[in-house]
Amino acid sequence: MNRASTKSLTFQELVLRLQAFWADRGCVLQQPYDVEVGAGTMAPETFLRVLGPRPYKVAYVQPSRRPADGRYGENPNRLFKHMQLQVILKPPPENVQELYLQSLEAIGIDLRAHDVKFEEDNWEAPTLSAWGVGWQVMLDGLEITQFTYFQQCGGIDLFPISAELTYGLERIAAFLQDVDSIYDIVWARDPETGNAVKYGDVRLADEQQFSVYNFEAADVEKTWKHFDLYEAECKALLEGYASSVREKSAGDGKAHETSRFPVLAAYDLCLKCSHLFNILDARGAISVTERVGVIARVRALAVGIAKAWADQQRTEIAEASDEPEPVRHKHSPPQEKLAPVGT
Amino acid sequence: MPDFLLEIGCEEIPARMIDAASAELRERIATLLKRERLAGAEIRTFETPRRLAILAEGIASAQPDITEQLTGPAVTVAYKDGQPTPAAHGFAKKTGVEIAQLEIVSTPKGDCISARVTKKGRSASEILAESLPREIATIYWPKNMYWRKPTERFVRPVRWLVALIDGEVVPLEFDGIHAGNSSRGHRILSHANVSIRSGSTYVGALRDAKVLGRAEREHRIRKALDAATRTIPGARWREDKALLETVVNLTEYPSVVLGSFDAQFLSLPEEVLVTVMRDHQKYFAVDDANGKLLPHFLAVLNTDGDPQGLIRHGNERVLRARFNDARFFWQTDQKISLLDRLDLLRHVTFQKDLGTYFEKTKRVQRLCSWVSEIIKQHGQSIRPGVIHKAGALAKTDLTTELVKEFTELQGIVGGLYARAQELDSGVPEATRFAIADAIYDHYKPESTEDDVPRSLEGAVLSIGDKADTIAGMFALGLVPSGSKDPFALRRQANGIVKVIDKYNLPLRLHELMRDARAGYQRSPAERKFVDDDKFSYSVKTFFRERLEFYLKDVRGYPYDVVNAVLSAGADDVVDSIARAEALRQVLHMPEFAAIGAACKRIRNILRQAEEKGIEPAKEFESLPQSAPEEKDLAACIETNAPLVEALRKKRDYAGALRLLATTRGPVDAFFDKVMVMAEDAGVRANRLALLRTLLKEFSTIADFSEIVTEAKTQTN
Repeated sequence: MNRASTKSLTFQELVLRLQAFWADRGCVLQQPYDVEVGAGTMAPETFLRVLGPRPYKVAYVQPSRRPADGRYGENPNRLFKHMQLQVILKPPPENVQELYLQSLEAIGIDLRAHDVKFEEDNWEAPTLSAWGVGWQVMLDGLEITQFTYFQQCGGIDLFPISAELTYGLERIAAFLQDVDSIYDIVWARDPETGNAVKYGDVRLADEQQFSVYNFEAADVEKTWKHFDLYEAECKALLEGYASSVREKSAGDGKAHETSRFPVLAAYDLCLKCSHLFNILDARGAISVTERVGVIARVRALAVGIAKAWADQQRTEIAEASDEPEPVRHKHSPPQEKLAPVGT
Repeated sequence: MPDFLLEIGCEEIPARMIDAASAELRERIATLLKRERLAGAEIRTFETPRRLAILAEGIASAQPDITEQLTGPAVTVAYKDGQPTPAAHGFAKKTGVEIAQLEIVSTPKGDCISARVTKKGRSASEILAESLPREIATIYWPKNMYWRKPTERFVRPVRWLVALIDGEVVPLEFDGIHAGNSSRGHRILSHANVSIRSGSTYVGALRDAKVLGRAEREHRIRKALDAATRTIPGARWREDKALLETVVNLTEYPSVVLGSFDAQFLSLPEEVLVTVMRDHQKYFAVDDANGKLLPHFLAVLNTDGDPQGLIRHGNERVLRARFNDARFFWQTDQKISLLDRLDLLRHVTFQKDLGTYFEKTKRVQRLCSWVSEIIKQHGQSIRPGVIHKAGALAKTDLTTELVKEFTELQGIVGGLYARAQELDSGVPEATRFAIADAIYDHYKPESTEDDVPRSLEGAVLSIGDKADTIAGMFALGLVPSGSKDPFALRRQANGIVKVIDKYNLPLRLHELMRDARAGYQRSPAERKFVDDDKFSYSVKTFFRERLEFYLKDVRGYPYDVVNAVLSAGADDVVDSIARAEALRQVLHMPEFAAIGAACKRIRNILRQAEEKGIEPAKEFESLPQSAPEEKDLAACIETNAPLVEALRKKRDYAGALRLLATTRGPVDAFFDKVMVMAEDAGVRANRLALLRTLLKEFSTIADFSEIVTEAKTQTN
């Protein structure tokens, strides 16, 4: 068996092939989100885009930080920061499973020579008040993808639903290249010299240094302070949104205030809180009694943001469809009254 | 007679749900066909991860016509001078029958006109097309989803439907899918759609498309496991019913590969290796002729083979990584001894209102020491120094990396580590091993089939741990109801009952639970607790149900024996079982049928008296007016009662029951001759008192009025 030959895809070729595959199927290729997240699901391209009625197809790589999973770069299978390739198909096409299997062929996996199984695995993220049902896709006993039909996000029932495909890139690359350690994955190969740059060359330092930071060096008191500050700002924004909705429904004509409201910025602040919570958790700074409470605080932000975003989208769509017929505007039913958000 | 085929084509159904859903679908269709008078000879099911199918052979192509004779107005009203009146015309029109075709029938009210009406039966196709969507939609799934509209739910998206009566498509629609005659084969091994000509060719067509039925898959997997294992001399694959069921329902066309792992990993405990293989990778373990684990595994594939060895290689790679992880965790865990981990339990939540595992540990230790005292007082010997230490360490493995990774190994890992570590200096090795075993076993029994802990010390710890959990949850009002039992309290209570039985322990359930509840005294949780009466009542009801389940379903006693015995007391497990056994032995005696009838009668009399406000006397006295049969019965009770009581105390229940049987004569005579509700209030009260005493005497071992005398039915 000589599968680790120069013929197998490098890490970056793997990413490029998957991106090309999904681009060819109509996906927007987004870039990784630039705020720390624990999973591709948390990037706004998933968390917010799955809300509301607008169809959307997107694919992006998302480096995902999980401070507690760090192993100082010493464990060949575990990382503080791993890469996911995230695909959102909203609504899911009828042949979504077939498309997924084709994407495996696109990265050089001959399905006829391997064993593929879809095994039940239902996804749930209590901090995002989100869940879905689906499978872990097993390839020769290796879990390579999480396949989820989203049902609820930010506490909101989805319509239409989205399919989320989350490819574990390191696992797939290690499988393709037949290496036992993530750090031995060939990331890139110089076409002229044939010299390989390995995953370890690119990323080992992150793993070592962030493990030190997350487990040992992070200043607990300051991290809490950061958390509190981000939370306070996020809450203030959400309260601002709620009051502009109230004003609008009171009919003083400030409708534009809600549509230009920075819900997205509020979401960045919420992501910061989530990441800081993870650092505090890895640092062992959150006691048993505190833990549940802190998770609830982050969830309250996420749920409030999801509500505000969904409301903003609804208003936008309603106004867009009303524009050509301004006469009807007067007779259109009043907007559904929104409960105060962020509670 | 045509055949009916229904196939619901679906994205991969969770393996654990397939069998139940298939059985339910079969049942629903059988009921539907019967209700609609279409039922045929036989209904077979065909189920795979991607389809649930039903084959109903020889159904009716249509409902039989129904002919009814409808009665109209009286002849005198319907005809005048031999001519039909408007009444006759009206009746003819309503029934759709020509006037000339009307008949005359005699009824009790005199002769009437009448019409013979034939109601045409509807076609099977029409009925099935109309009714099946509802039947499909109401199949129960532990977790379902929607993919089109929130109102349309199924376990996973339905992608195709086949519905045929012989070769004809039944025009059925479910969640936007129209039925046709086109099915699909194996995802990878078959490409084109599979066209189905009729129900009779269905199984064959799917086999050609590399999809096999459940029984065939199981057979094929077993054979392939055997064949692969035979390549290693003397080896055997480890039988595992649950795992086999899972892989049968994860595949449509299974095959097996034999893989190997580095023999170095055999230095890890077998429990860890087998858990990784079975629970995480769904592999079968391979033993040598002596039952020792070999460095091989068997993976069940959903494809027809692995000629290039790629699949084997991939699976070996995954297992190697998992074993490496396990070894890494094992080594890391040894850096902190179990003793030092006790303190870490302060950071592990047991339940959000009940505090941490550290607090639980302290409570369980105290409860176990009380339980041990009771057991020792009754003469069973307990090895000193084991339970207390095992209790202290029982939950410490929750802080280990290995248990965090493989949660199903809780307890087992603690036991293994306790064996491997020194613990306190000066603890003799035998004691240390006893401690390790008690920790290892303390979650047992985890099901009705599972064994109880191997040692009495482990048994006590198992009871203490479970009783503490049940008491805490019940005190919070978190009582299991219906299918809701998130903390598996029923299973834990079943475990307590089984351990008490197997170790013959002199424990009373209400005392155990009272002591367990007392463990929470002065904890912050108490503020959220329900009051003591409510707690006692709910715990009592709960354990009575558990004991009933145990006696009936595990020990196999007939339900009326169980009810009779538990009505006389459900607090002492061992005693209840002894009484049930004695009752079963004597139940064939005709005396008990008579005594059972008498008890029912006495109950009724006493109840009616109470309803009428008639008080029995304090106790029976021999009055001048007393009938001789009354006096005989009283004398009989007086002689027998102390003897019965003596036998009962010795737990010679069979003896006590035989003695009670001798009361039958006087009882029968009493009811033959004596009128209980006599005119004279004094006599009446006196007789009621006698009956009350009699009932009490009879009911100390079992409530005979629960005994089903006629047509004894077996519940299990």
